[in-house]
Amino acid sequence: MANITLDDAPAGGIALAETSRGTERLHRAVFIGLGILLVIAPFVVYPVFVMKVLCFALFALAFNLLLGYGGLLSFGHAAYFGMAAYVSAYAAKVWGFPPEFAILSGMLVAGVLGLVFGALAIRRQGIYFAMITLALAQMVFFFSLQTPKFTGGEDGIQAVPRGYLFGLFNLGDDRTLYWLVAAIFMAGLLLIYRIIHSPFGQVCKAIRDNEPRAISLGYRANQYKLAVFVLSATLAGLAGATKAIVFQLASLTDVHWSMSGEVVLMTLVGGLGTVFGPIVGALVIVSMQNYLAGLGSWVLVIQGVIFVICVMLFREGIVGLIAKKIGKPL
Amino acid sequence: MADDTILSTSGLTKDFGGFTAVNGVDLTVRRGSIHALIGPNGAGKTTCFNLLTKFLAPSKGAIVYNGRDITREKPAEIARLGLVRSFQISAVFPQLSVKTNVRIALQRKRGDSFDFWRSEAVLKPLDDEALRLVDAVGLSAFADLPAVELSYGRKRALEIATTLALDPEMMLLDEPMAGMGREDVERIEALIRKVAVNRTILMVEHNLSVVASLSDRITVLARGQVLAEGDYAQVSKDPRVIEAYIGSGVGHAH
Repeated sequence: MANITLDDAPAGGIALAETSRGTERLHRAVFIGLGILLVIAPFVVYPVFVMKVLCFALFALAFNLLLGYGGLLSFGHAAYFGMAAYVSAYAAKVWGFPPEFAILSGMLVAGVLGLVFGALAIRRQGIYFAMITLALAQMVFFFSLQTPKFTGGEDGIQAVPRGYLFGLFNLGDDRTLYWLVAAIFMAGLLLIYRIIHSPFGQVCKAIRDNEPRAISLGYRANQYKLAVFVLSATLAGLAGATKAIVFQLASLTDVHWSMSGEVVLMTLVGGLGTVFGPIVGALVIVSMQNYLAGLGSWVLVIQGVIFVICVMLFREGIVGLIAKKIGKPL
Repeated sequence: MADDTILSTSGLTKDFGGFTAVNGVDLTVRRGSIHALIGPNGAGKTTCFNLLTKFLAPSKGAIVYNGRDITREKPAEIARLGLVRSFQISAVFPQLSVKTNVRIALQRKRGDSFDFWRSEAVLKPLDDEALRLVDAVGLSAFADLPAVELSYGRKRALEIATTLALDPEMMLLDEPMAGMGREDVERIEALIRKVAVNRTILMVEHNLSVVASLSDRITVLARGQVLAEGDYAQVSKDPRVIEAYIGSGVGHAH
């Protein structure tokens, strides 16, 4: 790595974290491809399955925004996903909110929770940061367990009405609901893509790469870290709130620490710090859980094996590996 | 007289649980000068440097920059006042391209960059100046390469370009020549001389030939205290300085 001259640079190097014109074109093509897939998918695959993948993909995208571009490892992202699911389910079922407002309120609560937890956690770095996020998420879990009036305790909030979108479209129909979920997913993905490529995103990447240096250039690093934390929590909340409407259920599973672990797994399998990796990771993990469901607890063992293989053999993840092969960031 | 001084410390002291690394240092840096801080290993140079750049908080004493007490300021704030540091270990943003490294610093001119909804296309107007600075340190051939792929010397050059992008009134350089080959030393030396015009530079440096040829004024630290001060001719003849260097077992470096 010592003295790299121009000639051998582009071939062997790591993927550039920037967008050149060629990369922009490639990304546009991927977005169009994804759009086409989203349109075809419900006619080929069971729509509820696709919706599940999309909800978890959005969750993983939100997590990846924080870890891959903010350099912050949160071990408690289930808190924002699960709390938003509860709020959205409660608002739809008990207060009779229409689905769009139920989802929005879930998202809002996740954002506020992210603001409070983030403000506490960013005071520490590295593993301590991760531990604080985990501890705070465990508090949310026990809060959910201890407040059955709100969360339904062990039963969760069941039979959440899907309702009518804008009072017009009956979301009880899986196909109709699918278009809403696909639109939410696409909007979330585009927003994250924009954040990564905004002036704000540039500073986040700089802080991720070298925080003391960013500070010495006059950037108040903690404010940027908090901002990206809140954005990530809000988007994780959007995923959780949408999931509650799709499955008409919010339960303790959504706030459990294993949910926080699952989103780490999805992101790593797909490709940490790649734009599209978390989508592939979510597809792989959710498919596995669905199609191997017959194996019972063995699914967890298989997941564990995949995790180990992933970390040992291809740390870049599936999409990271492809990006390296074609020499362009994805 | 006060206007002539850009940075001064009085009684600057740092205790690390019983061990006093810096002990009552009074330092005055003249505006527009190149001031070097030297001393044998363990003299407290790096601690002193970290106190000045606010990466450590002093136990006692005061730091005044441009007539303003900055003893309790945070590191990001003094950078905003025009007092910008470099790091001993080359401090670049490894995954960002050389051009973007410099542009991150130029981006500071926009104020804070919390606009996550805007495209980075709004940063395009900064590209020309970023490339000009990259060119000034001889890195234009590498502008689109991730900084991690640069050689050590080139990383240092990139770091100086990034610091210059802030157009700081005063630069604090932490061992700018550390770990460099002779060719790189000459290149960085010329670069420092070039950027020192209209600026004040305070540097910690081991390489005494660099110190001799660059600095207008030298402060020698030993055991956390100021041992001597003056230009190179004065300082190098001072018996206490010779004693401190030889006594500590460290000869003239390089």
